[in-house]
Amino acid sequence: MEKKLIVGPSPHVHGSDTTQKLMRDVLIALAPALLVVTFIYGTRVLVVTGVSIAACVLIEFLIQRFMFGGKSTIGDLSAIVTGVLLAFNLPVSIPIWMVVLGALVAIGVGKMTFGGLGRNPFNPALVGRVFLLLSFPAAMTTFPAPSAAADAMSGATPLTYVKEAMKGGDIKLSDLMPEISYDNLLFGLHGGSLGEIAALALLLGFGYMLIRRVVTWHIPVAVLGSMALFSAILWWSDPETYVDPAFHLLTGGAILGAVFMATDYATSPMSKKGMVAYGIGIGIITILIRTWGAYPEGISFAILIMNATVPLINKYMRPRRFGVPAKI
Amino acid sequence: MSRTFKIGGVHPHENKLSRGAAIEIFPLPEMVTVPLSQHIGAPAVPAVVKGDKVKTGQLIASAAGFVSANIHSPVSGTVISVDQVPDAGNIRRPAVTIKVDGDQWEEGIDTSADFRKAETGLDPAEITRRIAEGGIVGMGGATFPTQVKLSVPPTKKAQFLLINGVECEPYLTADHRLMLEKGEELLEGVKLLARALGVEKSFIGIEKNKPDAIEHLMKLTVGDPQIAVIPLKVKYPQGGEKQLIEAVTKRQVPPGGLPLDVGVVVQNVGTAVAVYQAVVKRKPLIERVVTVTGKGIERPSNLLVRVGTPVTSLIAHCGGLPASAGKVIGGGPMMGRAISNLESPVTKGTSGILVMNDNESARKPSQACIKCAKCVEVCPMNLEPYMLYKLGIRNMFPEMEEYYATDCIECGSCSFTCPASLPLLDYIRLGKGEVMKMIRARKN
Repeated sequence: MEKKLIVGPSPHVHGSDTTQKLMRDVLIALAPALLVVTFIYGTRVLVVTGVSIAACVLIEFLIQRFMFGGKSTIGDLSAIVTGVLLAFNLPVSIPIWMVVLGALVAIGVGKMTFGGLGRNPFNPALVGRVFLLLSFPAAMTTFPAPSAAADAMSGATPLTYVKEAMKGGDIKLSDLMPEISYDNLLFGLHGGSLGEIAALALLLGFGYMLIRRVVTWHIPVAVLGSMALFSAILWWSDPETYVDPAFHLLTGGAILGAVFMATDYATSPMSKKGMVAYGIGIGIITILIRTWGAYPEGISFAILIMNATVPLINKYMRPRRFGVPAKI
Repeated sequence: MSRTFKIGGVHPHENKLSRGAAIEIFPLPEMVTVPLSQHIGAPAVPAVVKGDKVKTGQLIASAAGFVSANIHSPVSGTVISVDQVPDAGNIRRPAVTIKVDGDQWEEGIDTSADFRKAETGLDPAEITRRIAEGGIVGMGGATFPTQVKLSVPPTKKAQFLLINGVECEPYLTADHRLMLEKGEELLEGVKLLARALGVEKSFIGIEKNKPDAIEHLMKLTVGDPQIAVIPLKVKYPQGGEKQLIEAVTKRQVPPGGLPLDVGVVVQNVGTAVAVYQAVVKRKPLIERVVTVTGKGIERPSNLLVRVGTPVTSLIAHCGGLPASAGKVIGGGPMMGRAISNLESPVTKGTSGILVMNDNESARKPSQACIKCAKCVEVCPMNLEPYMLYKLGIRNMFPEMEEYYATDCIECGSCSFTCPASLPLLDYIRLGKGEVMKMIRARKN
């Protein structure tokens, strides 16, 4: 019998992208930040991150194995990405059992409840983080001083200091701001969650993801741009009351959120203009919460709120059909 | 920055293995099978019966109506049947089978290889008439009868002629070799097409991965105000009519519209050479350049083949079907069709025969959609393939119409790029067909 040939519809070739490769690139992009944070905070960073990854992968495996059945999905590496991102949203001093609980909520509730990768409406790592923040506010907002920095601020994040000052506390904003070294913010020498510090290393990761075409510039630039613009307007109107845009961009989870959390595939829009609108929404809500809200940092809430609008954005902000002139 | 189209696009591996292989004249086969439908439109009506003696270039089937094309005998010999014959996909279609006894040409055809300019003062209508007579169709793969494209309705006006020398499909090099080896014939064909259309300006769009072809044609057109060679940045699917028009003229053809709606007519370089042959030499379209290629093919080649020659003899000529062969494709890997019947013939639209290895032939298993939006990003028509796919698997055809399934040009960029290896285009194609049926039913 002659050898049989395969017959099927075009295209007959496929590009090199796979889900696994994309996730691996995200992990590579996160690596510089992990190294910097480990250098700053010490090896407990690796313990927190390792536990978070292990818990996320194990929980996904168990749910897939015993509740869904079918082929295991942990090979796509997305659970590892969620594990790293969850850890980046935690303070280094967090009790280990809380990390495991956070992973359970992130993967169990945030991801698998909806059917797994690609089907979850909310960013799983942020679901885990916000759950922990609301349940254990003290443990989630206590930050040890970075061991690598002699002159760094300790105890709370720069945003927390500023929040206190803005509320009319003992320290005035005009006295506080000159104390804050922007170099330290850039290089990560200040208190915060793992991924809140090391701005430069995170931007390096962004550059890598752009080169590898894992993400496009639209969401990160829209988030950071709208944050900068909105805070600049406030600052120009009254520099005594409001902090400057550079401070906003370099503190809290602005860069981590804009680059790694807001760009989560499943929970962000599909069209370019949708991505920009979504990013602007996140930027504005973040500054609103930071300025007038109860929390010093608001990008997690901002992303989750905008996650909820993604189906609407996808429905109404579709790509412009080829050959149809732009509406004026 | 060189020009290209704005929206979407991908970069498949070029794999132009046969780029350096000069066009080789393929020997006459013993038997030819000439399908009566090698073009878009109505199948031609046979003009011969079993037992007839035919000469090379003799009309054996005539166009059935406006959108149809004449078909000529590619060889001299005896008609042994006018019957239904399995095509490349093993579907039986009408064809004339001729037993070859030689290569005796019909009177009045200039068979010499010399280049000759067209007689001066040729009437545009006469050019179009000779093109129709010669059975010329679009040779880029779509096989649309050329004279139809040249018949501009009185309400529209052609401003530019655009010659497609993009050859954006990986592997294929037939057009590339034509531009290099038949440059003068090509340019004469372009002038004839321009004259038939009454346009002042023609552009030849060529991707920059063919620098030798760009240089050659630029040299031949130096000082010619009517023809401009436009180098284009390499990006698939730039050879798509709408994409090429946008790349060169920055104009977008409206949805459901034709290139003439933006004042452009597009013709392939192979078509332009065929036009030269038909008008100047009175030689009908009975042969074409076919790229025979693939990683397992011993000698990737560009062959000048008579229509009706079995695919299998082309492969045998280039070293035979390798043991590793997993799939044979008519055309390129992005838009070509898998061939299940290797005895099926080369037709006017066969730009290539691509043999793929086993390990390249099977699709990767598909995974869950991760909504990465890459399909939206690469779609050159700005469609939302992920959504069309989701609607397609649920048979939601009215909704697919709202997501403009009919705009799809089936370039395959979405399926090519999908990290989850989803068969996006399969379902879009399904939906496109169903939506077209719905639209036709509404009109009736």
